[in-house]
Amino acid sequence: MKDIRYISAIKEALEEEMERDEKVFLIGEDVGRAGGSFGASRGLFEKFGPKRVVDTPISEAGFTSLAAGAASCGLRPVVEIMFMDFITCAMDSIVNQIAKMRYMFGNQYTMPVVVRMPEGAGLNAGPQHSQCLEAWFAHVPGLKVVMAATPYDVKGLLKSSIRDDNPVIFIENKTLYAMKGRIPEEEYLIPLGKADVKREGRDVTVVGVSRMVNESLRAAEALEGEGISVEVIDLMTIQPWDKETVFHSVGKTHRLVVVHEAVKQFGIGAEISAAVTEEIFDELDAPIIRVGAPFAPIHYSLEKAYVPNAEDVTRAIKTAIEQNL
Amino acid sequence: MVVFYRQMMMIRRTEEKLMDVFSAGEIPGFLHVSIGQEAAPVGICAHLRDDDYIGTTHRGHGYAIAKGIDLKRAMAELFGRKQGYCMGRSGSMHLADLGKGIMGANGIVGGGIPVVTGAGFAAKYNGTDQVAVATFGDGTANQGTFHESLNIAAVMNLPVIYLCENNGWAEFSPRPTHAKIENIADRAAAYGMPGTIVANDVLEIYEAVGTAVARARMGGGPTLIEIKCDRWYGHYVGDAQKYRGKDKIEAAMAKDCIRDFECLLLKEKVLRKHDLDKIEAEIKSVLEEAVDFARKCPFPDPSEMMEGLYV
Repeated sequence: MKDIRYISAIKEALEEEMERDEKVFLIGEDVGRAGGSFGASRGLFEKFGPKRVVDTPISEAGFTSLAAGAASCGLRPVVEIMFMDFITCAMDSIVNQIAKMRYMFGNQYTMPVVVRMPEGAGLNAGPQHSQCLEAWFAHVPGLKVVMAATPYDVKGLLKSSIRDDNPVIFIENKTLYAMKGRIPEEEYLIPLGKADVKREGRDVTVVGVSRMVNESLRAAEALEGEGISVEVIDLMTIQPWDKETVFHSVGKTHRLVVVHEAVKQFGIGAEISAAVTEEIFDELDAPIIRVGAPFAPIHYSLEKAYVPNAEDVTRAIKTAIEQNL
Repeated sequence: MVVFYRQMMMIRRTEEKLMDVFSAGEIPGFLHVSIGQEAAPVGICAHLRDDDYIGTTHRGHGYAIAKGIDLKRAMAELFGRKQGYCMGRSGSMHLADLGKGIMGANGIVGGGIPVVTGAGFAAKYNGTDQVAVATFGDGTANQGTFHESLNIAAVMNLPVIYLCENNGWAEFSPRPTHAKIENIADRAAAYGMPGTIVANDVLEIYEAVGTAVARARMGGGPTLIEIKCDRWYGHYVGDAQKYRGKDKIEAAMAKDCIRDFECLLLKEKVLRKHDLDKIEAEIKSVLEEAVDFARKCPFPDPSEMMEGLYV
């Protein structure tokens, strides 16, 4: 085992997959000579050269669709979008092209494109550099959506995403880039579509994604002293999400809290809540509680008040425990 | 020369047939024909091998035919049948046959240009001499993806030919409402690539594209070619073209790339009248066979809705 930061775990995943398969290449703004805006590809340009670590003009639509064309000809592009907010410039590329090309053209294609990007607040970067937009992509048939909460997860999930023959929207979190964690020296993969029970518990299930998994774990720890046993599930893959693991947990605890950093309204928490009430309503002993950001653009100076944290999760868990159907 | 003529006639008669079956209600959805613009696909595809790529807009039947699509399966797709190239999922606006390098017609104006640029990227990445051709109209040239793609292809020196069929119309709006300049090819200079203008003449197109393809195959980078043509039947089949005077439509139809080429072939005695009749009869029979095939194919079953959505 070794200690590694989240951002370096991403770099290791990219490097190992590029070594393993010469069809894998990186493309995006400043991914080459600059090593990526957050340093995810540092050193890879020097190692693999300009053919496989491709700097582009500031043209998100252009290079994201270019990746679709390259993938349809057998390559395996890994696209970097500097901030998730900028993906809006490439929505046609992702929604109309990448997500649909296989299905729309009668399964003639595979579309092994990974589009990586960091979401989330934490840098006081304001309304256009901090958004969490995963729900948009989870709503589009044809895409997979993956989010990683730890250095261990980000490496294993990214390697699996690069090997997947479907397009994957791979969402990182800016505040996690400096996070340290332990990973094995040897190679490992984490399968897509499987959730991870990060902490077992009896009284309430908390389903979280990305940074909010860590906030949920903090809340769970705090509540242990009060005699409340919290199970924390990291969804990891948002589309397709692991219903089985969530349903099994709710069948055990009978109470559910769903946590994400994205705005609460129409977020992925709504889908998970709806699925639970539609399919296993009898298992619930209390209403489902959602925790998410307020329905406002991300605030520059009030960022801390905007983003949900462990205290918000703690409150939600207590509400779930106190209420009864 | 005879092959050119035959292909142009094939495209025209196919689209005329499509208009008939569409009007009879046999084909649902939208239908966009390129009648009057048949010289472009024929002059272009004559230079392309099966492993070269082409990507078109929603007005793309002609290119699919010229690039060698199987007419029966193409017709089945337009009829929404299971045996169609896209399993009946997509229809006229999305004909694709990857085996023939037909990357797929794109329903999003400008959506296909960067995708085709990616095929050019792959050719360069793999070190082959393949080329990729993106075709589009003058209206598309005002999408951001046009600008982004041409700039990227120039910067990366990709083997891509950008082919603008300037028919003077962006859906229902004439050129002066969507572009200040008359020639799309003038924009090539802004990207640092050659720009060429040709008439709606199959031989002229063939020659210009030949130069661009040879240049791209040798690593010389992208070219923008503009074909000055006209649209006969409006944006879609059924468009009454009330925004356009009858005299203008008649003037457009008076210029016919097929009739001009036919006159040349007859004058040069490459073909005689009875050869034309023979070609016409052959095409008629191929088309009828394709339509019969499509009509007999079953529709997809609702149980197949999710098939292959994910690998």
